[in-house]
Amino acid sequence: MIDFLQKLGQTTLTSFAKLGRGYFFLIHTLIGIISVLAHPRLLTKQLYSVGVLSFLIISISGLFVGMVLGLQGFYILSDFGAEETLGVMVAASLVRELGPVVAALLFAGRAGSALTAEIGLMKATEQLSGMEMMAIDPIKRIIAPRFLAGFLSMPLLAALFSAIGVIGGQIIGVGLLGVDDGAYWSQMQSTLDFQDDILNGIIKSIVFGFVISWIALFEGYDAAPTSEGVSRATTRTVVNSAFTILGLDFILTALMFGDI
Amino acid sequence: MDTKAPPKTDIVSIRNLTFSRGHRKIFNAISLDIKRGKITAIMGPSGTGKTTLLKLIGGQLYPDKGDIIVDQQNVHQLKRKDLYTLRKRMGMLFQSGALLTDISVFDNVALPLREHTALNKSMIRTLVLMKLQAVGLRGARDLMPAELSGGMARRVALARAIALDPMMIMYDEPFTGQDPISLGTLVKLIKELNNTLGLTSIIVSHDVEETIGIADYIYVLSEGKVAGHGTPEQIRNSDSKWVQQFMKGDADGPVHFHYPATDYREDLFQ
Ligand SMILES: Nc1ncnc2c1ncn2[C@@H]1O[C@H](COP(=O)(O)OP(=O)(O)O)[C@@H](O)[C@H]1O
Ligand SMILES: [Mg+2]
Repeated sequence: MIDFLQKLGQTTLTSFAKLGRGYFFLIHTLIGIISVLAHPRLLTKQLYSVGVLSFLIISISGLFVGMVLGLQGFYILSDFGAEETLGVMVAASLVRELGPVVAALLFAGRAGSALTAEIGLMKATEQLSGMEMMAIDPIKRIIAPRFLAGFLSMPLLAALFSAIGVIGGQIIGVGLLGVDDGAYWSQMQSTLDFQDDILNGIIKSIVFGFVISWIALFEGYDAAPTSEGVSRATTRTVVNSAFTILGLDFILTALMFGDI
Repeated sequence: MDTKAPPKTDIVSIRNLTFSRGHRKIFNAISLDIKRGKITAIMGPSGTGKTTLLKLIGGQLYPDKGDIIVDQQNVHQLKRKDLYTLRKRMGMLFQSGALLTDISVFDNVALPLREHTALNKSMIRTLVLMKLQAVGLRGARDLMPAELSGGMARRVALARAIALDPMMIMYDEPFTGQDPISLGTLVKLIKELNNTLGLTSIIVSHDVEETIGIADYIYVLSEGKVAGHGTPEQIRNSDSKWVQQFMKGDADGPVHFHYPATDYREDLFQ
């Protein structure tokens, strides 16, 4: 019993300590962003490896998700004779939920894990220590540009996901199942609301981008400097990001669309 | 802080330094001095805390007790900004080289210059090429760190460490894992840099012969204490059993080759 309590206390303490380090890390990183703006070249390189290299997986996944939505939506809506509104259904699902959430999950798996492994390995090979000894702050030079790149890429990738998803829905709904093309687009345009749907979706993806970048970079920075430590940290990034994305999505949805 | 100010001839003075990792005391109130302009070696078997000592000197780790004075400044009482200013004057050569793997050799050496000086492009280029020439790798400037052999990577790291013309360089195990040729060039390089640039060198190593050959003064560490110190001759003729064992590499002596275990025969036939 005492043992159990001791362990519980120990675990609580270490988690709080880690949380504390995480906040310090975040504040330090946010301050570091100021100096990134002075060296935009650092940022463009990261935008490429964090953002551009995620294009393909996001596009292909968006296409398939949109196609599935087109199929499922058509079967449900045609029962009520409402297949004209397929465009609304596909677009609203994507813009409000699936775009930000699925893109964020994919982004955490594709870019987040890579960031953690990269930073963890830099730590294990003493590259970060080496910079500190050269009086160069690794948070400014290494972490902050990556953070900013992740934060900026996420909303764009989510938008890309939704846009391609809408086209996927059209390919199936209009191309295959015979929904009227004009109705698909015009219903979508007249029903979707900029603030309720699009803006809220963008806000979600901005929040997700912030959180994923923070988790991924901090896990790398805080990893034990061994192969095992880096591999554990990478796993933690993917798992913790997924939980955080889904939990935050619920909270944000409740705040945005619910009457709470 | 110690009341006696260290004499100016000492670039680094360590006083009563105590440092623990977990429950293990890595240093137990050690004191040592490093003379300006000389090559000082700190020796001891793996795991004695040689790398840890360099990180303490560089202000990356905090001692539990005691003081480290570098160039008249108490490292662990400095503000972050002053610590960074001091670090610009200390070069450190990590065991692994610690080159940034995503930029070229040239950019690695240029990094401290770009970060800390306002020199223009062509001046930085000139300086980088001079530093690379000094370590014999001017021709390798466009390679990426992954394309270098271990010995070359360490020389590039050395070029980077001297980029800002520091007052001292700390070498962490510079001789480990080098083939005889790069070993020879490295030994020569360290000596040359020390003499021509007026640097102070601290070499941390467990390679006895190479280190004895170039050091002006040697400290031998063991189990958190200074087991002996002196010029290479004095160390060779030391009457400390421990120092003798370390120098000769005997398996028997005050330090045991075997990790503490139960009786071997009992263990096998139980
Ligand atoms: N980050 C760390 N966390 C915990 N223990 C460490 C860490 N780094 C080194 N140690 C321990 O400290 C001791 C001294 O390590 P180190 O200074 O690397 O020795 P040396 O360089 O003399 O081989 C070793 O026993 C090592 O296991
Ligand atoms: Mg070491």
